[in-house]
Amino acid sequence: MSDDQFYESLDEVEPGRTFLDSNELVLNMGPQHPSTHGVLRVILKLDGEKVNGIECVIGYLHRGIEKIAENRTWAGFAPFVDRLDYTAAVSNNLGYCLAVEKLLGVEVPKRAQYLRVILTELCRLASHQVWLGTHVLDIGAVTPLFYVFRDREDILNVFEKYCGARLTTHAFRIGGCRWDAYAGFAQEVLHICDDLPPKIDEYRDLITGNRIWLQRTKNVGHISAEDCIAYAITGPVLRGSGINWDVRKAQPYSSYEDFDFDIPIGTAGDTFDRYVVRIEEMRQSIRIIRQAVEGLAEGPIIARVPKVLKPPAGEVYVSIEAPKGELGYFLVSDGSAQPYRVRVRPPSFINLQALEKMAKGSLVADVVAIIGTLDIVLGEVDR
Amino acid sequence: MINFFLGYLHSNVTPGEAGNLIWVTIYVLLVFGGVSVGVIFMNWFERKVMARMQVRLGPMRVGPHGLLQPIADALKLIIKEDLMPTNADKVVFWFAPVCVVMTAFCSFIVVPFGRTHAITDMNIGVLFMLGVSSLGVLGVMMAGWASNSHFPLMGSLRSGAQMVSYEVAMCMAVVSAVMMTSLGTGTGTLSMIGIVQAQMQQHTWFAFSFFPVGLIALSVFTVSMVAETNRAPFDLPEAESELVAGFMTEYSGFRWSLFFLAEYTSMMAVSSMAVTLWLGGWLRPFPNLLGGRNWDVAFSLVPGLTFLTLAALCFFSYTGMPRIASMRSAAIGLAVFGTVLGTVGIVMLLPGVRERVQDIFWFILKVSFFMYCYVWGRTTFPRYRFDQLMNIGWKVLLPVSIGVVVLTALIGVRQELLALVWR
Repeated sequence: MSDDQFYESLDEVEPGRTFLDSNELVLNMGPQHPSTHGVLRVILKLDGEKVNGIECVIGYLHRGIEKIAENRTWAGFAPFVDRLDYTAAVSNNLGYCLAVEKLLGVEVPKRAQYLRVILTELCRLASHQVWLGTHVLDIGAVTPLFYVFRDREDILNVFEKYCGARLTTHAFRIGGCRWDAYAGFAQEVLHICDDLPPKIDEYRDLITGNRIWLQRTKNVGHISAEDCIAYAITGPVLRGSGINWDVRKAQPYSSYEDFDFDIPIGTAGDTFDRYVVRIEEMRQSIRIIRQAVEGLAEGPIIARVPKVLKPPAGEVYVSIEAPKGELGYFLVSDGSAQPYRVRVRPPSFINLQALEKMAKGSLVADVVAIIGTLDIVLGEVDR
Repeated sequence: MINFFLGYLHSNVTPGEAGNLIWVTIYVLLVFGGVSVGVIFMNWFERKVMARMQVRLGPMRVGPHGLLQPIADALKLIIKEDLMPTNADKVVFWFAPVCVVMTAFCSFIVVPFGRTHAITDMNIGVLFMLGVSSLGVLGVMMAGWASNSHFPLMGSLRSGAQMVSYEVAMCMAVVSAVMMTSLGTGTGTLSMIGIVQAQMQQHTWFAFSFFPVGLIALSVFTVSMVAETNRAPFDLPEAESELVAGFMTEYSGFRWSLFFLAEYTSMMAVSSMAVTLWLGGWLRPFPNLLGGRNWDVAFSLVPGLTFLTLAALCFFSYTGMPRIASMRSAAIGLAVFGTVLGTVGIVMLLPGVRERVQDIFWFILKVSFFMYCYVWGRTTFPRYRFDQLMNIGWKVLLPVSIGVVVLTALIGVRQELLALVWR
């Protein structure tokens, strides 16, 4: 339904009446709203507190990133993907590099693969921490936000030392990594691995057992496994509904097959299960990082790739497990130095579709909780 | 005239009872000023305590340790442009914050800071407080309605429903405390001063009478009062993540600051009600355990010593400040603040002053405890959802409070009967 139709249905009786005269109240949540995680606009049709209808309006952060790719070189586009999901820039970068490498048929050295795994998993930790802080803030607890940002700082410091940037890192290059691990990298990363589990326990103590938190999350935003598959939902939201699908296990990339880790799975498919899944994922990420740091072999960090990349004509689809779900890149090359087409499959965009399914019939406060549990980033939704 | 003015000094009743209009006016100004200063201090205190709980510093720049931050904020709010939405109902929009502030301050008329330190004593004091403080919801409803906008409307509807439903449980809990005043004497009282005096005669705070009935009543009241003042975890009317700022969304500048003032004032008002009804009002702690003349003197020294300790803390912090030019004004400010606190402390130690002042001190200390718990709760809890909030109000607190009333009555009657038999 378009906007105009939506509003027309409101004042079809007489033009002079206001929203106060109708039984349904149309509430425009966003694009400027504290808890829509950016510039998402949600139009709610409310009967009192109950949500009768819900519609997402997206595109307020559209920057045409996919179109920009067509005017950049293959390597020159890489920094742009950092701006998709800006809380997990490293993951975006990895996905794009893997896709171009597959197009080129380049084999990445083992050391570079392990470095990539370490940084990507650190980035998953940071992304989940941002999710936790903002999600809990949406539900009304202000304090955990500061705790997670305090702990995220350590991870961002590693990024800063590694590549000079904290948020939009552009950590990897096509064919491997631009920088080798700096002196003391392994110690610092292991230090984070030692430091973080007690802090995750601290979040758990503060949140998990809280009665209000349980009441606000259990049986809220329920989505069944069948619906998840029908909506093509991926990531923790899918696993929260009890489906064991993780690209790192299903189609291992960047040496993920070398590491021993578990895929946490929920059962109920509600907000609380997704919370538990993400918290457990953080612990598993720490396990992976530990193994990767210990297995970090000596060797080259970048494969021999030509200065000007001209992949052979063809197309390729590569997906990775980003913190928010399956992040895919579909690249089409016409053999020139510039991509013919770059299409991103952003997990946030596809997971956001389920908002209507999950939030219809619930209360206004639940909509906010569900937006938080879907863990969307508008930079990725709108691109 | 002068005799009329000075004559009151030797009186041992409140100025309202004595019928001394001059002193009533002075007391009104004192209470108004004191509560406003309390709100200003509370603003700073809340931000500092929250900051400490959230691993950050809080205000540090305006004045030493951000002590002047609330004043700077208030100034900013006053000089802000006065905005009123075009479609708003002008009169109602103007009147809503006034109404909220008036009702919040009015309830302080009967709050006893000491035996003589109240504006007046009414024989229906508790009823008056409950009545006046529940008028505040009118202002909130007016604000939401007059704004002619979605978020304020929803906020005010929520707040209306919430305040009305929690008032019931709150009143029931109050009834139980009022019933306790009749023990031993046979006649109960609704007067705020009378309730504290009843606790003095019974040698117990009502929170500990009929253990644990009094405590349950106090906890019911405490939960209801948090809901009544729209504070976390019951801050749905202004739930930031859902309703932006609830009924205050369209307000800005001075009008908004009036809402802010009213919120903190009513927090203090309900806290003082809890203190008066259950925690012995102005009475000093441990009157039974640590009784006698010497202990009386010792306890009367506590207020002055507290201020001296605060002053010492200020000077200690002053010595720790870096000796650089940019910090000089803050350091001097801190030293001056410490000097003021120290002077107040010394004055409070003087015999004659300390007896009259210690009541106020104990009362404020107890209220501060509740205010601290408000902040503590705000940093700790997530927010309830609307239906859950209603469930707690109607399905948990109301039955519990009715049970408390019945239990108080039964135990009270039994105690009175036993007393008759033994006599």
